[in-house]
Amino acid sequence: MTSAGEHKIKLLTPFNIISGLILLFGGIIVLLRFAKGLGYATNLNNTTAWGLWTGFKLVFVALAASGYTLTTAVYIFGMDEYHGLVRPAVLSGFLGYSLFILILIFDLGRPWRIYYPFFVQAGTTSALFEIGLCVGLYYTTQFLELTPVGFEWLGWKRWRKILKAATVAFTIFGLFLSLLHQSTLGALFLSVPGKLHPLWYSPYIPIHFFTSSAAGGISMIILIGLISKRVFGHRMEVSKDKLDKLTIGLGKAGSLALFIYFALKVVDLALGDKWHYLATGWGALYLTEVIGFVLLPCMVYAFGYRERNATLIRYTALWTVLGIIFNRLNVAVVAYNWKFPVNERYFPSWMEYVVVVFLITLGLVIFRYVSEFFPIIRHHPDFEESH
Amino acid sequence: MGVSRRDFIKGVAIGSLAAAGTAKANSVRRFKGYEDTTGLLYDSTLCIGCRQCEKACNEVNDLPPVEPPIGDKSVFDHKRKVSDKQYTVVNRYKKAEGNKPPVFRKHQCMHCQEPTCASVCFVSAFTKTPEGPVLYNPDVCVGCRYCVFACPYYAISYEFSDPFTPKVARCTMCYPRIKKGLKPACSEACPTGAIQYGKRKDLLELARDRIRKNPGKYVHHIFGENEYGGTSWLTIAGLPPEDLDLPKDPMYEPLPNLTTGFLSLAPIAAATIPGLLAGFYAFTKRKENLHKEELSRKLKETKKAMSIEMEEKLLKAGIEMKEALDKVHDRGAAPPAAPSGAHGSEAPDDKRG
Repeated sequence: MTSAGEHKIKLLTPFNIISGLILLFGGIIVLLRFAKGLGYATNLNNTTAWGLWTGFKLVFVALAASGYTLTTAVYIFGMDEYHGLVRPAVLSGFLGYSLFILILIFDLGRPWRIYYPFFVQAGTTSALFEIGLCVGLYYTTQFLELTPVGFEWLGWKRWRKILKAATVAFTIFGLFLSLLHQSTLGALFLSVPGKLHPLWYSPYIPIHFFTSSAAGGISMIILIGLISKRVFGHRMEVSKDKLDKLTIGLGKAGSLALFIYFALKVVDLALGDKWHYLATGWGALYLTEVIGFVLLPCMVYAFGYRERNATLIRYTALWTVLGIIFNRLNVAVVAYNWKFPVNERYFPSWMEYVVVVFLITLGLVIFRYVSEFFPIIRHHPDFEESH
Repeated sequence: MGVSRRDFIKGVAIGSLAAAGTAKANSVRRFKGYEDTTGLLYDSTLCIGCRQCEKACNEVNDLPPVEPPIGDKSVFDHKRKVSDKQYTVVNRYKKAEGNKPPVFRKHQCMHCQEPTCASVCFVSAFTKTPEGPVLYNPDVCVGCRYCVFACPYYAISYEFSDPFTPKVARCTMCYPRIKKGLKPACSEACPTGAIQYGKRKDLLELARDRIRKNPGKYVHHIFGENEYGGTSWLTIAGLPPEDLDLPKDPMYEPLPNLTTGFLSLAPIAAATIPGLLAGFYAFTKRKENLHKEELSRKLKETKKAMSIEMEEKLLKAGIEMKEALDKVHDRGAAPPAAPSGAHGSEAPDDKRG
């Protein structure tokens, strides 16, 4: 109906073949996990009950912040020039939460009871309860934010108009929910002061998680813009020059977010008087994370903005995203049970890695084909006027 | 649309209610434990590592026989952990030296006064009973394993090998036996009296008494009196807690308090954030509107200025035209039809005449 008619899709591209194989193999591993249990597919045990999959739950949600950061900028603060990136950002956010829900289902012992906290017995003192509630509501909100895309595709003008009218309300509700659950994901770790290394354990960890999610979300928008341009070229609504300009603006925002995050990390070291840990091996890991993946990208973002260098900003976006992954895995996996000797520590099984690769591939494939068929990266010709 | 908006509002309502529940849990009052609650005192100095407690525990909980079997002394060569096959294990922490006997410690769920497992469970599967035991309800368990992750004593196990009905597995402090007026199985099986069952406050007195009477034999500390808000299992020993795989210098504050403070911010956020954001939106809109008004005002002013200028120019042009015509008129004969302006200028002459 839209781009499908103008552009013929080849099935046997290298991207399709490789991703197809990964999805097939990963799918088999997922089936094995359900047939034979968590003990078969993972290296989880009674001393390390959460592992790589929980780490990636945190990663998927943090990077899905692309949705709330951009909708807030455009609809609340009136930065209309970024409008062309709103739909890719919301779609990737929605897919991030989809991956979160999938890996949660793989990781839960009895996923078919996933609705129990809300319909059978509520445990309101649990951070996990709040996360479940907020993620459920936010997922619905993001879905509603995306429905105008579907209505344009279907040609349902009236429905589209109704849903469009609620944009600001959705944005406010979405930011409120994100503020809550992004920070509450950090609050999950408040109950393990003895088990998580003091450099990562902090009473302020909820604020760290929220601030870093903003930096991650902004960086994801930069990368999504780049990938969309690479894959769809001139079919993308935003021109190359305009995209470069937006990328540079986003780099400035990314620098600011990373700087706030870095400041919070320094404040945390001071308030907790944790300086002496920096001289240990754990300190080296911590400094690699905070200097190498927070302060440096923050400075390079600022430099790229000053030099108007979009390419540099794109590399820095990838750098920041890797930093977010590094941080979330450090908190959930590496620095947990830090007192254990190496032979008692948890290392993920190869199947756990395969499932993570499977999910990331799934996200990319869905993003690619939804953008192909639906008006995500370009206007629907019938709806130019109010878009 | 009607449906989605209603669902929306319903969602917000559920969220606020849930948040209100959280706030209630974060009451200011400090819960000091149930009156007359029971517990167990484990005296490491009396323990001989016979593992009769392990055997009794597996029997009473319908678990397979302990591995390796009782009497196999190699069992103490490495440290074991509680599992879904054994809710309690005895480890050796110091070998016999001369006439000093070896030091053992029994591991099992400590049955906290304010259990972390109960507070982190998002289906409230755990209950602290007034009698002391912390009970687990497998019928609501979703298998998130947050309890296993959060337990500070590594005392909770999970049935990782079960693909369809995995459950949490741990010591129940023999709740069914306690209800019948019996002692927990381990306490009854212990041949040396190292595991005493009774009212928690009586056990604390007993422990204090033993430490006071044998200052050289015990470390001056009752583990479980205050740690993380206190536990039903109390431990006294000849070695400090950290040498027995117990947390070193743990806080005395109950662990749930670390999270409830933050979670109770949720209703505050619900009350303030949307309004704040609506305010930001209003500011943005206002700016836009002011900008628009400014534009239309300027446009109007320009239009007005233009029309005044135009009129002036027209007037000027009229006068100039008239003057030009007058000049032509003066030079030649009287015009056949004088313009209206010319009439006006002639009028005074008429009056004069």
